[in-house]
Amino acid sequence: MTDGSINIRAADLRADVASAATSAPGLSARGITVAIAGRAIVDAVDADIRSGMVTAIVGPNGAGKSTLIRVLAGVDRPTAGTVVWQDRDWFGLSRRARARIAALVEQDSVAELPLTVRMAVALGRTPHADFLSGVSRRDEEITDDAMRRAGVAGFARRQISTLSGGERQRVNLARALAQDPRLLLLDEPTNHLDVRAQLTTLALARSLARDEGLAVVAALHDLNHAITFADDIVVLDGGRLAAAGAPRDILTPELIARVWGVHATVLTHPRTGMPVIAFDLPPDNTSDPLENS
Amino acid sequence: MTTVIERRRTPVRRSGVAIGAVVLSVALVLSIVMAVTIGPASIRFTDVWSSIASHLGFGQSPLSVLRDGIVWQLRLPRVLTAGAVGAGLAIAGAVMQAITRNSLADPYLLGLSSGASLGAVAVLVLGATVLLPVAAFVGALAALAATLVIAGIGSSLAPSRTILAGIAVSSLAAALTSFVIFWTATGDSYREIITWLLGSLAGARWPAVAIAVTAIIVVGVPLMVGGRMLDAFAFGDTSAASLGVNVVRTRWIMLIGTALLTGAMVSVSGSIGFVGLILPHAVRLIVGARHRALLPLSALSGAIFLIWCDTAARTVFDPRELPVGIVTAMIGAPVFVLLLIRSRRAL
Repeated sequence: MTDGSINIRAADLRADVASAATSAPGLSARGITVAIAGRAIVDAVDADIRSGMVTAIVGPNGAGKSTLIRVLAGVDRPTAGTVVWQDRDWFGLSRRARARIAALVEQDSVAELPLTVRMAVALGRTPHADFLSGVSRRDEEITDDAMRRAGVAGFARRQISTLSGGERQRVNLARALAQDPRLLLLDEPTNHLDVRAQLTTLALARSLARDEGLAVVAALHDLNHAITFADDIVVLDGGRLAAAGAPRDILTPELIARVWGVHATVLTHPRTGMPVIAFDLPPDNTSDPLENS
Repeated sequence: MTTVIERRRTPVRRSGVAIGAVVLSVALVLSIVMAVTIGPASIRFTDVWSSIASHLGFGQSPLSVLRDGIVWQLRLPRVLTAGAVGAGLAIAGAVMQAITRNSLADPYLLGLSSGASLGAVAVLVLGATVLLPVAAFVGALAALAATLVIAGIGSSLAPSRTILAGIAVSSLAAALTSFVIFWTATGDSYREIITWLLGSLAGARWPAVAIAVTAIIVVGVPLMVGGRMLDAFAFGDTSAASLGVNVVRTRWIMLIGTALLTGAMVSVSGSIGFVGLILPHAVRLIVGARHRALLPLSALSGAIFLIWCDTAARTVFDPRELPVGIVTAMIGAPVFVLLLIRSRRAL
């Protein structure tokens, strides 16, 4: 799977565990098209999701990030295109079989009915449960473990409705972990979170890839998050694939200008040496910052 | 895959629910035993049960033919019907609340009960009494479909829209029911309208028991068993799908099941309101929202609730008898208001 596009610095960052996992095949999507009422929301997109790696999906609002994530998660069938999970047809697997492999954390998912945190997390065991049997001891253990890893064990008995946005997002992540997935998909996981919660969430996502070999996919808005945390990046623009590859090769000022219409400069962080993307404010009295350049 | 040993059940968490089920089952049996002995015709407790035993083949009835008839032909089938209808409506309410993700959903508030009444009245007018439960089911299903279409089917049914659509459908079906009765009935049409629109168990005899109990066994029990799938809907359709649930199929099966159950119950009792709203909420407060526990416990408490509501309806204002729907509404409407106030979500 490793191709020439991965540069030396990126490779250096990887732990040994992860480089072993690099060879593991993940999810491979070819020619994914999703059309709603004849309009293609996602148009002939290819994506390779590697196990042990974090793949960021970026793009302006309406680029089709969420739609693509739902296809990769196995929730929605594409209008056209194929998805392969480790040499098997993804949509040839049963819905339950897919749910035992892939877990999706939606943005802004809320429960209407009163649920405690623990009950919400335990829902992640659904695809693993026998239809008639109850909750096994192993299910309980995996649920507890998922709560601990996502940092929600401390308020396991609280009602979901009393949680803050950040806490709720971590509960959703814990539910996904309770699914014991091989593929974890996060749709804008940092939405509504403060800086610290954003970084904790992304660091957890990355450690799940590094340490446990999960294939992690995250739709992100913040390009600095993408360049810092992702191993691979998929750039969508108007439903089409604009670019894909290693983040620091892809997220150039030229591409950012072309896709987002924003002037950007890629700097080097003086302490960590990591790339940092700085954006120009749009000039006054104009909606298009590139016009005056 | 897991081994058999790993799959053994955890006793701690289950025991609370099991105790609840046992307590409620005992309470249900006691309610039936007590309720048949209460009534305007004062018949002693032991005589009531000797009479019932005689009909089951044990000994002789100590009562006169008339009083024996009161017990066996009137009170017992009425109490049993009340239990079955209460259980059915509570199950239907709990399932609808999960499937529409709306804690205010209930077969009465979403128009199913009125639709079922309309269907029932329509076939009664045509003289096809045999088709009563079927027509009530069709009416319930049509009303449900109308409510969901008006509210706008989609991944996010707004709670307020669903309730408002239900009120519109319910009002129309109630008006049509009244119209049909007025147009065709001779004599005591007011009483009949009230029976269908408010719900009454005054006419419940053994055929009603047969219909209601059959509906519980054929529809209610499968809904309770399949109910664990409903947990996955807590965070919406996408979340349910990502947990491996076939969302569209599950939703249709569950909605048709609730329409069947509601139709069968309305065909024997008219549209009794609020049972499906109050009981699931009360049970949820105690055991939480897990449907494996919620559905059976709601069913048991619904049965007990309606048996006592009906006992009150036929005895408190003796010699007058209230339609039981008045009693359930007097309790249910304030609960509904309380739930509205409590729900912090924008309606």
